[in-house]
This record gives sequence, structure tokens and C-alpha cells, in this order.
Amino acid sequence: MTATTIAHEIPGLAEATHEGPAPKRIVTGYGFWIFLLSDMVMFSCFFAAYAVLLGQTAGGPSGADLFNLRNVAIETICLLLSSFACGMASIAAEVRNHFWFQVSMAVTCVLGLAFLTIEFREFADLVARGAGPSRSAFLSAFFTLVGCHGLHVSGGTLWLLTMMAQVFAKGFRADILRRLLCFALFWHALDIIWVAVFSVVYLLGSAV
Amino acid sequence: MFGKLTWAAIPFDQPIPLAAGAVVLVVILAVLVWVVVAGHLPYIWREWITSVDHKRIGVMYTLLACVMLLRGFSDAIMMRAQQAVAFQSNGFLPPEHYNQIFSAHGTIMIFFVAMPFVIGLMNLVVPLQLGVRDVAFPTLNSVGFWLTATGALLVNVSLVVGEFARTGWLPYPPLSELNYSPGVGVDYYLWSLEISGVGTLVAGINLVTTVLKIRTKGMTYMRMPMFCWTTLASNLLIIAAFPILTATLAMLILDRYLGFHFFTNEAGGNVMMFMNLIWAWGHPEVYILVLPAFGIFSEVVSTFSGKPLFGYRSMVLATMAICVISFMVWLHHFFTMGAGPNVNAIFGIASMIIAVPTGVKIYNWLFTMFAGRIRFTTPMMWSIGFMVTFILGGLTGVLVAVPPADFLLHNSLFLVAHFHNVIIGGVLFGAFAGYTYWFPKAFGFRLHEGWGEAAFWLWLIGFYVAFMPLYTVGFLGMTRRMQHYDVAAWKPWLDIASIGAGLILAGIICQIVQLVVSIRNRAALRDLTGDPWDGRSLEWATASPPPVFNFAFMPDVTGEDAYWAMKRRVRQEGAKEPDYKPIEMPRNSPTGFVCAFFATSVGFALIWHIWWIAILGLIGAYATFVVFAWRDHDEYEIPADEVARLDRANLAARRELLTAAGSL
Amino acid sequence: MNILDPQGPIAAADKTILIDSIAIMLAIVLPTIAAIFAFAFYFRKSNTRAFYWPNWEYSGRLELVVWSIPALTIILLGGVAWIGSHQLDPARPVAGTGEGVTIQVVSLDWKWLFIYPDQRIATVNTLTVPIGSPLHFQLTSASVMNVFFIPQLGSMIYTMNGMVTRLELRADEVGNYKGLSAHFSGDGFPDMLFDVQVVSQTDFASFASNTIKSDRALNGDSYREELLRQSVPKGKTVYRLNDPLLFHDIATQKIPPGPGPREAANTGANDVR
Repeated sequence: MTATTIAHEIPGLAEATHEGPAPKRIVTGYGFWIFLLSDMVMFSCFFAAYAVLLGQTAGGPSGADLFNLRNVAIETICLLLSSFACGMASIAAEVRNHFWFQVSMAVTCVLGLAFLTIEFREFADLVARGAGPSRSAFLSAFFTLVGCHGLHVSGGTLWLLTMMAQVFAKGFRADILRRLLCFALFWHALDIIWVAVFSVVYLLGSAV
Repeated sequence: MFGKLTWAAIPFDQPIPLAAGAVVLVVILAVLVWVVVAGHLPYIWREWITSVDHKRIGVMYTLLACVMLLRGFSDAIMMRAQQAVAFQSNGFLPPEHYNQIFSAHGTIMIFFVAMPFVIGLMNLVVPLQLGVRDVAFPTLNSVGFWLTATGALLVNVSLVVGEFARTGWLPYPPLSELNYSPGVGVDYYLWSLEISGVGTLVAGINLVTTVLKIRTKGMTYMRMPMFCWTTLASNLLIIAAFPILTATLAMLILDRYLGFHFFTNEAGGNVMMFMNLIWAWGHPEVYILVLPAFGIFSEVVSTFSGKPLFGYRSMVLATMAICVISFMVWLHHFFTMGAGPNVNAIFGIASMIIAVPTGVKIYNWLFTMFAGRIRFTTPMMWSIGFMVTFILGGLTGVLVAVPPADFLLHNSLFLVAHFHNVIIGGVLFGAFAGYTYWFPKAFGFRLHEGWGEAAFWLWLIGFYVAFMPLYTVGFLGMTRRMQHYDVAAWKPWLDIASIGAGLILAGIICQIVQLVVSIRNRAALRDLTGDPWDGRSLEWATASPPPVFNFAFMPDVTGEDAYWAMKRRVRQEGAKEPDYKPIEMPRNSPTGFVCAFFATSVGFALIWHIWWIAILGLIGAYATFVVFAWRDHDEYEIPADEVARLDRANLAARRELLTAAGSL
Repeated sequence: MNILDPQGPIAAADKTILIDSIAIMLAIVLPTIAAIFAFAFYFRKSNTRAFYWPNWEYSGRLELVVWSIPALTIILLGGVAWIGSHQLDPARPVAGTGEGVTIQVVSLDWKWLFIYPDQRIATVNTLTVPIGSPLHFQLTSASVMNVFFIPQLGSMIYTMNGMVTRLELRADEVGNYKGLSAHFSGDGFPDMLFDVQVVSQTDFASFASNTIKSDRALNGDSYREELLRQSVPKGKTVYRLNDPLLFHDIATQKIPPGPGPREAANTGANDVR
């Protein structure tokens, strides 16, 4: 049943050949990319809601009244640098260097936490000024979009710490390396989303 | 301490849900007690609950679907009964109750019957058809199933603890906002679907990666069975559409829990945005359901006509065209919201365009039958019943895709009849065909043919008797979701519809009897070779049920209908025994089940505002994943002689069949 | 309420498109269904006379036909859809005798309020209109979404709070008809049927002049008092309209949307916002 294979080529079947199932690392990375695409679809819903509700300030403050572009710039730098540090961590993992891996990951973590701190304080400040998410539809959309990204960064930070612990406990095992690949993809994707967020929300929103 | 949860949540004053809940509870307890006392618990834990085997998970998905079909259908019987008696009367179901019933009916049928049924069949069959050992991410597969089960559990708990949503199966705001729906019903709906939505997304990622990256040697895209193509299309839609559902329900959750204003009447909320977002998910959803059914029909019609599928390439093209276009038609669900003639017309035309590839598929099945030798087994009968019924459903669909026609028919019982026509005639008939067709592969014995045919005829006739009157009463102006009415012209049609529901009930009973009888007579119905239907694709090349590793040696494929070619070669050249090697398989894991336990607690706690349980549950879920990530042994090895022993037994049985029958 | 028995031009045109579309599609569907039965029967395994082509799986000519049949049908129907959507857009004005009547419609929980701003009257759950005049409907909702629908006069249209939708109809036969809400809106939804009385022009004029003498006045206060809360009314009240800007206030949310159920659902929710 399963042993018979055709040794000779059938004429006319000169199509691409297929070598069999792909190796694990490729499969894992591929699946994770697809997950990232699905996450981007979810973010695009929040972007769409933001665009629709941009003008619905219910007599309250608009983006121009609220956004502090200096803070946003600092947040952006933190996140971009953290992506760089994450890249360093990936390289360290590639060459199996424990020390530089942990250091790079720690730097990534610190920068991520810095981003989150600034963002949390921005939110708290807005709420204190009566510009919380229940003030108007515009603010609901703003808090949700930016907050969703922040939640993803928080989750990513938790994942980051878990990965640091994993590598510390078990070293650079094949499955742990695959997870690091996924983590790095996730972290960089968050950076890309942030670029979209600060362009659409803060830069365009400040002009409104 | 327990948030909003009090003893008042249990409907002591409502006999119907109380009685129903009591009966279900007794049945569940009885089953659990029997399982434990008879000593089956270790087996069930080891072989099913913690299984990461796609075949087991596929069976569990299908079992969930069948059980939930009973619940969803009970809701349907109650609705038909109410509408039969509630002419100039309040009937036996007060509005608060009736409104929950039709909301639960739709929610359960779509999310916990149709989705698990097709996902279950895809899980069971696709790796076998691709000639490989499992899906891309086996443990994730288990997580996905158990999260879906969590959603089903939460919806059913709402029957006895609290209430369910009273908004319809899609919770349109502002009705679903907190001020118009202050109870926990909408919250049950929201959390149940958010959680099971994660499960569905996981299944989608798994199956897409499997089809694209995990196929046996030689199986290029154009040599895959048609069911794998429709699986690919359907799961691409899952990946693209389910995040929209997640986001939209999240926005409604934020409105209800934290006073946001996405869809409220006040402070600038926009109900039209909800309509657009929810249907941008909702339309692809129905194609997620029907595409696998189309794939099943391709397999069944080709097998039982004794011919390859006609027009394979254009079937592939049609499938991917449907996949893409299904994202461009969502506005046809609200033509009457007043978007203006250009917008309405464009979406109407786009909706009709989808009928083109669908029509092509019907014709290709027709020509697969042409010049074939057709065997009228139960799966084939479901397929022919589908073809006729789905064409009519498609006709009424294209009809309501014409905006001026829709202006008279939107939300009427004509519309209700249309979508039941395509979902029952398309998805459910396909699921039943697949269930009957692949049952022997999953369990090693066939289902009883006689009871299967009886079930088919009762379903088919029952469907027409139940829904043709609804088309009529839609023409007479009746709108959907009416708990009572006083238009005399509607009553006779609704009475006939109840008879139809009774016929379908008889059909379901036949299916239950079929299962019981088949299990009793399983020795006589045994599938000895693994190929009971003289099949054409690779799943029939394995034993029934297949060993955990599916194939002792992954086949080398050189054309379409891979197994058909293999059988021909073996008849001509004879079979050589392969060089057996040890096989590594993934270990079982309780991760899915434990994760779902925490998901259920988180969901229930969030519904009832019991914040501390929710937080503990989230921590527990995270801990589960950490424990899973920390394990050192994720695979185990099956030694070569074990592989050889299992394979040789199946080869011997097949050789016997082939030599006994000459050339089949 | 039979949509196949139209009493106005919009409904008649909608119905024509409906019937024509069905006919066009049946022309394809019926032969296809016949072919399914024919092939299934003729090529059954027990019919040994039938030819068997076990390897036949492609025919270019058949493919062309198979793609063309649905495509041509859809092109035809697409044309019908395009033209029909434009000609029968709900907001498109309808010709008729005179300038027509403006009717402002408010869907409430769970009743319909009809305001006639020019006649200075308002009615609940009864709509009286003159035959042959264009009817200019402006619609909004006091609370949740509903759909205004008079099956024998024509198209449905949504009603939404904070927004105004438009519908143009005309009634061509005197008589009593029924309208309803075609969008589920809560517990009292099944009772949202309303009477539609199409009367002669003179009868309409006398209806207006009689109703304005009603002892019940409709303004913001009485609206809030009597209509805004969730209830299913017993009779069909008529009002004289004291506040011509009432509809405008409702539609712009100057009068806030109606409240939900007075007590929370029977599940002990005790922190309803």
C-alpha cells in the first residue's frame, strides 16, 4: 500500500515537485506569521473605529487639545530602541551567547516598561482631566486602539520575562529557539503597529 | 464577594428552563458517574481529553456539534410550537423567554453546531488526505477544541444561572447596550463567543499552516484533494474574519463594562458602525461554513460516481474566487439602512457575482455524475439532496441581493427561510454526508444504511415542509422574531411549518437510532480494509481507524486522486513491503483541558462581575502555558516493529480484498 | 400585508423586480434541477446500458458553457439591480398630486408616533394619508433600531436614534392596510403593528382639521411623560401638535433617548449604570 512509488517520471507531469512536510522551524514561524496577520486584522478594526469616531467628541476635547507629542516621541524612541535590543537578543541566541542574550533581553524589557509607564501616565492624566474613555466616542476609540497596543506590549513583556527564564533554565534548546523566533516576530510587529498608531492617532489627530 | 451572582439567578419561578436544566444536569451526572464507576476515566483522560491526535480532536469537535444540535433544535421546536399557538394569544412562552430562545437557537446553531461540525471533519480528514501524520500544531489543536467547548458550556449554563441574551443571535446595539439590556444575558453571549473565537482562530491558523506547509512528498497544490482546497479557503477566511468579530465584541464589552461609547446612543456612538463591522465578519462566516461542505460533496460525488472530479482546476479557481469575493458583499445584510443607490447597487452586484463560481461548482458536480456509475449510498443521497436544495436557496439569495426586492423582504420570514435553506441544505447536509462517509474511517465500522436513508428522507421532506411555508408567509409580510401575532393569514402556514419541524425531529431520532444500532451491530458493519467505499484519496489508504501515526511510510504522490492511482499500480505491479522505521509522535497534554477550565472560570466570573475569580483564572491560564512550555519531553517514539505489526495487519486485509474481488 | 398585492407605485415596482428576477433565475434553475435528477437516475450503477467514462474529467467547451450560464444570468440581474436600486431608492421623490404630505415618524418602545408638522397633529399607531399624494417620510428612533415597513406600499427603511432617514411613498388605492416594525426591538416588539388608512383628499383634510381639535397636546413634556418610557399602548391616541420642532429635538437628541427597562432584569443585577 504505502511502499509503491513510481521510480520514473510520468511524461507531462513536469510540474513543481514537492519534497514533503516542511521542517519544524519553518512551520512554527509560518504559523506565527499567520497569527500576526490575524492580529493586524483585529488592529485594523480598531483603526477603522477610530477613523469613524474621530469627530465624535460630544462637545468634549479633541486630539489636538489632548495629545502631547513630546511624550509620544519618547515612547517611539523607547519602542524602536527596544526592537533594536530585541534584534541583538536574536543574534545572541543565534550564536548561543547566554550573557549577551540575557542582557539584550533585559534592555528590551526595560525599554518596553518605559514605554508602558509613559503611556499609563498619559492615560491616567487624561482620565484625571475628565477626558477618559467614557467621555465621548472619540475618546473611547482612542483609548481602545492605543490601549490595545499597550496590552499587547504588556503581554509581550510577560512573554519576554518567561523566555529569559526559559533560556536561563534550559539553554538554547531547539524548541526554545523556535519560541524566541516567535517572540522576536511579535515584538517587531508591535513596533510596526506603533508606527501606524502614532501616525494615524497622534500626528493626524493633533492636526484635527 | 460573588459580584452580581445571587440565588435569584436560578429561575426557580420558570418551570421550563428549570425542568430542562434539571434533566440535563441529571443526564450529565449519570454519565459521569457511569464513566467513573465503570473504570473508564483513565481511558477517557488518556485517550481523549488529553489527546493531541487530530483524529481524536476531530471526533470530539463532531460530538460537540451533534450534542449541541439537540439543544439548538429543541429551541427550534419551541419556537415553532409557540408560533403555532400564539395567534391572538400570548402562547406558552412569555416574551422574555421567547426572545432568549431564538437568540440561543441562532447562536448555538452557528457557533456550536455548524462551526464545530465542519472544523471537526476538517481536523479528522485533512492530515490523512495530505498523507501526513498530524496537523501543524497538535497541542494548539487541543487548546482550540477545549476553548470552543468552553463557549458552548457557558451558553448552556445561562439556561439555569441567569439568562441568555434577548437580542437575536447578533446583538445589535443600542438594544444590546447596558441601558436596554441590563441583565447578564448579553454578557454570557459576549464572553462565550470571545473565548470560543480564540479557539476557532487557533484552528484556522493550524489548518492553513497544515495545508500550505505539511503535505506528503509529491503532493503539489494541484494534486491535493478538493476537500483540502476548500479547507484552505475556509480557514483563510477564519483568519481574516474572526479577528473582526473579536474586535467588535470587545468594543461592545467595553461599552457595557467600562462605559465606553462605541455604539451607544449618547456621546457620539455609532450603531451603523456595529452593523458594518459585525457583518464584515458575518458574511465570510457563512462561507467559512459552506466551503468545507462543498469540499465534502466533491469527495462524495466523485467517489460514488466512480469518476474523478470533473473540472478540478476550475473548482479550485471557483473556491478561491468565493473566498475572496465573500469579503466584498457584507452590506447586503442591511440594504435598508439607507446607504444610497450607488452603494446598494454595487454590493448587490457583488453579492450576485458570488453566485457564478457557486454555479460552476454545481455544474462540475453534475458532470462528475455524468457517465459515471452512481451508487446511492447515504452520503450520495445527502449530496443529491443538497444540490437541489442549495440551488433553490441560492436562487432566493440572489433574489434578496437585488436591493429593491430586499426592500420588501429584509428581515422577513422569507429571509429566514433563505438562510435556513442554504445552511441546512448546504452546510448541514454536507456535514451529515461527511459524517456518514468518514464514520468508518474514524471508528472502524460503517453506519447502518437503512436508518441513514430514513433519516435523510425525513430531513429532506421535513426541511421543505418546514421552510417553504416560511417563504410564503414572508411574502405575506410577516417579519421575524415575533412572539405573537394577530394576522389570520399567517397562521395556516406556520402550522404547516410546525409539521415540518416534527418531521425533522423524526429524522434526528432516526440518526440517533442509527448510531445506537450501528454500535450494537458493529461486528457485522466492520470496515476490515480501511477502504469501504472504494475511495480515491489517501485517507482510504490507512486502516480504519488509522494507527496514531496514520501512515507507516508517508506516500509519494504523483497525481490527483493519489490513492486511486496507488490501487491501480498495486493491481498491476503488486505491493512491496516498506522498510519500517521508528516514528516520533507528539505526547498527549492536558494543556487544552486545563486552559479551558481556567477560561470557563474567567468567562463566568466576568459575566457575574466576580473580579477576583477572573484575575485568579487569568493567572491560572498563564501558569498552564508556562507549565506546558517547561516540559522537556514533547515527543515519544513508536518502535519500528510496532509500526510493522500494525501496518502488516492492514496490508493483509487489503490483499485479501483485492485478490477476492479481482479488479474492483 | 401581502407584498404581492401592492397598493402603491413603489411597492408595485419592487414587486415587478421581484417576480422578474425569480423568472430569470428559474429559467436556469429548473433545467439544472431536471438535469440533476436525470443524470442521477440514468447513470445509476444498476443501469448497465449507460456508458461509463471512468477517466473523463475535463472538457474545455463544457467549462466555457458552465462559466457562461451563471455569468450571463448575473449580468442580466446585475443590470436590474443597478437600475432598480437607483429608481427605487427609498429617498427618491415620487410624483403625485400636489406637494404631498410630510410625515415625521418616531419609533418608540414599543409604538409608532406619527407627527404631521404641516397639519399640526400627531397620532400614535395610526397613519392616515391621502390617496395619490407624495408622502415624504422623515424617520428617527427614540431608542433602539427599528424598521418602518408598510408591506403594500413599499420599501422598508431603518430608524435610528440621533439620525434621520428618508422614505418617499405614494398610496394609490383607498383602504385600510397594516404596517409593522421589521427589526426586533425588545419585549414589546410584536405589538408594533400600526394601521394605515388611505383616504380621499377631502377625508384627509377633515381628518386633519378634526384631530387638531384634540384635547391632548403633544410637546416635549407630554412626549416624555406619555410616550418615551417603555410601554405598549392600549388605544390609538391622537394629539394636536403644540411643538412643531418636536421631531427635530428628538432627532438631534435634544430630548435624550428613551430609557431602558425600569427595573433591571430578573437576575439580580444591582449595579446597573
